[in-house]
Amino acid sequence: MTRNSRARTVLPFVVFFVLVAMTGFLQSWTVALTIMNMCLVSAIMALGVNVQWGYAGLVNFGVMGFTALGGLAVVLVAVPTVDEAWDLGGPGVLFGIFILCATAAVTLAARTLVTGRAARALVTTVLVLAGLWGATTVLGPSTAAIEGVNPALQGFLGGLGLPVLLAWVVGGLLAAGAAFVIGKIALGLRADYLAIATLGVSEIIIAVLMNEDWLARGVKNVVGLPRPVPYEVDMRTTEWFRDLASTLGMAPIPLSSVVVKLAYVGLFAVVLGLILWLAERALASPWGRTMRAVRDNEVAANAMGKDVKRLHLLVFIVGSGIIGIAGAMLTTLDGQFTPSTYQPLRFTFLVWVMVIVGGAGNNWGATVGAFLVWFAWVEAEPVGTWLIDWTTIALGEDSEIRRHLLQNAAQMRHVVMGVLLLVVLRFAPRGIIPETDRT
Amino acid sequence: MEGFLNAIVLLANFALVPGLAYGSQLALGALGVTLIFAVLRFSNFAHGETMSIGAMVTIFFTWALQSWGVSIDPLPTALLALPVGIVFTVALVLLTDRLVYAYYREKRSEQVIFLIASVGVMFVTAGLIRFIIGPNDQIFTDGARFVFSVRDFRDATGLDEGLALKTTQLVTLVTALVCVVALFLFLQKTRTGKSMRAYADNEDLATLSGIDAGRVVTIAWTLSATLAVIAGVLYGLDKSYKPFVFQELLLPIFAAAIVGGLGSPVGAIVGGYVIAFAEVLTTYAYKRFLGHLLPDDWLPDGLAQLLGTEYKFAVAFVILVITLLIRPTGLFNRRSA
Repeated sequence: MTRNSRARTVLPFVVFFVLVAMTGFLQSWTVALTIMNMCLVSAIMALGVNVQWGYAGLVNFGVMGFTALGGLAVVLVAVPTVDEAWDLGGPGVLFGIFILCATAAVTLAARTLVTGRAARALVTTVLVLAGLWGATTVLGPSTAAIEGVNPALQGFLGGLGLPVLLAWVVGGLLAAGAAFVIGKIALGLRADYLAIATLGVSEIIIAVLMNEDWLARGVKNVVGLPRPVPYEVDMRTTEWFRDLASTLGMAPIPLSSVVVKLAYVGLFAVVLGLILWLAERALASPWGRTMRAVRDNEVAANAMGKDVKRLHLLVFIVGSGIIGIAGAMLTTLDGQFTPSTYQPLRFTFLVWVMVIVGGAGNNWGATVGAFLVWFAWVEAEPVGTWLIDWTTIALGEDSEIRRHLLQNAAQMRHVVMGVLLLVVLRFAPRGIIPETDRT
Repeated sequence: MEGFLNAIVLLANFALVPGLAYGSQLALGALGVTLIFAVLRFSNFAHGETMSIGAMVTIFFTWALQSWGVSIDPLPTALLALPVGIVFTVALVLLTDRLVYAYYREKRSEQVIFLIASVGVMFVTAGLIRFIIGPNDQIFTDGARFVFSVRDFRDATGLDEGLALKTTQLVTLVTALVCVVALFLFLQKTRTGKSMRAYADNEDLATLSGIDAGRVVTIAWTLSATLAVIAGVLYGLDKSYKPFVFQELLLPIFAAAIVGGLGSPVGAIVGGYVIAFAEVLTTYAYKRFLGHLLPDDWLPDGLAQLLGTEYKFAVAFVILVITLLIRPTGLFNRRSA
């Protein structure tokens, strides 16, 4: 039985916090806190992937899609309702969605009634096509009406106008619901089929979010989302803030931004702590032991009477739900919902790098992996630019090559991440903080 | 009768010819994926970037040739530069195999580990491409634009609708045909090709029979990279070269390979056309097509489009899911999933 020594777990965190402190002193505390916030969000995403891959060996390459669904939840929950759009197109949209759901239900019911392969396929095709035709006929005029309402600022249904923190829960539920459907279809097949299927679903989710303007304005973005923390401008007028500024001797503008970012750090740290605690409890429980048994030898676990399919589905839903929560937090932090920024390299594969580098199967490992990898991802840009600036100085100030290289220096971060992933996978396949061997 | 002919010509111009060209590009890409799967048994997520980097090198050499005034008008200069792109990419892929995959092959790691390693390779390649050529669109097509244009066709046949054939489309079709024929001759007739198929069928038995596993792997990578570069360049000629696009192409390419059956070359080709035509035909607006066939008052109000063009990925995905549900081994595969 080899357990990690305490130092092996604590040291990487110490290194990370020293790095953030150095950023604070050398660059600025605003930058350091921005990085810290993104690190916390990334850690939650990495925990979601770790639950799926580390606990159960499921390959989810659709992280981007679940993140975006979490972001959508913020719009649906927190944005004020656009009453005019609801009056014009709300009933139509609801009816269209009802037709889609009814089609799915009727099709599934019909499939159990009809026997015979060919007949089943025929019934399914006819019902699905009819349902799609009906839904598009109903949706078309309604969405057009909604998108016509004050298109420069609104042109969508808006949300429910509820507190934004509620959206974090809804984001998790939305992603978990999507994971249920995908899991029903793709789980139980070869590992690479699940990887490809999830990648495909995430692309489609992004395509829907970018093109269905009535839902969340598509590529026109939803900006100015409500915040769970006070606005800098309002804060600067308060009594306690002026006192704080005079005590610290800092200028009010940078101080207010630091305070706001610290507030986010606090909120995110609470969520991360809660999820970490739950994940650790789950890992140590009999359920966690079953999960590991299934991962390490599916056939044997099945023979022992464990329902592998059900366990896989559950872990897939839980992991995706966690990613959805992180997605909602990310959109809240940004204060805007921008579907076009979701790129698979950044939102899916980077999270995978975090989990592999940190240590799959170990929640602390995934967390510190997310911290360090996000730090490297951000700092690779200034360091890369500086490095290229320094090495190409001999080419002269107005060299075309030098200009081009400097312009694209930020892209080197992809190379750094790829090399990092490959090196860890090869030389330390269990990551920075390896999984604890339990007997 | 003339209405019917017009309708057919219209559909051919906007759906069938582009679908054939796109299908050929997908088929070449899917062939590369399927060959690697047959021999190394993993889905190579870096394949899109392999296509992209090969196309990038070809573009650089094309620009060089253009600046030297070399041209094979009316054909695009990129065809001359293609061998350079292929040689570079094959060398790069073989180097990657030595540095990355060979170790896991020796250790007989699980296929999921290969999958994750290919994500690392994808990251490195994507970074290099964006660092070198930048993330923007590049246009490198030259030579004659059309073999025959809509106007030529109309003048020749006297129909209202016209059919155009772009040079790049013809080049795509011919190149794809040559590649596929050459590949099948190689796999069916040559000793090396047969040893490759034997290795794909049963690795251990083939090795015991004296087939050199290292050689088979090298050839599989070489073929896969060659096809990837050709597919990438043809796609770039037909549309335009954009680093991001190749990552988006990964889904239809995988879908094509899976529909046909991962590991089956025939399946990859059929799958490529199935996906391409499904995408094109479901996103085509049939209004004008129906206008030639139906009386005016029967016409639908809308565009008569089943699905917006933005959702063509969804078509590839739906076909993929249907395949996974009904026949997970694909259309042309004997091996179980």
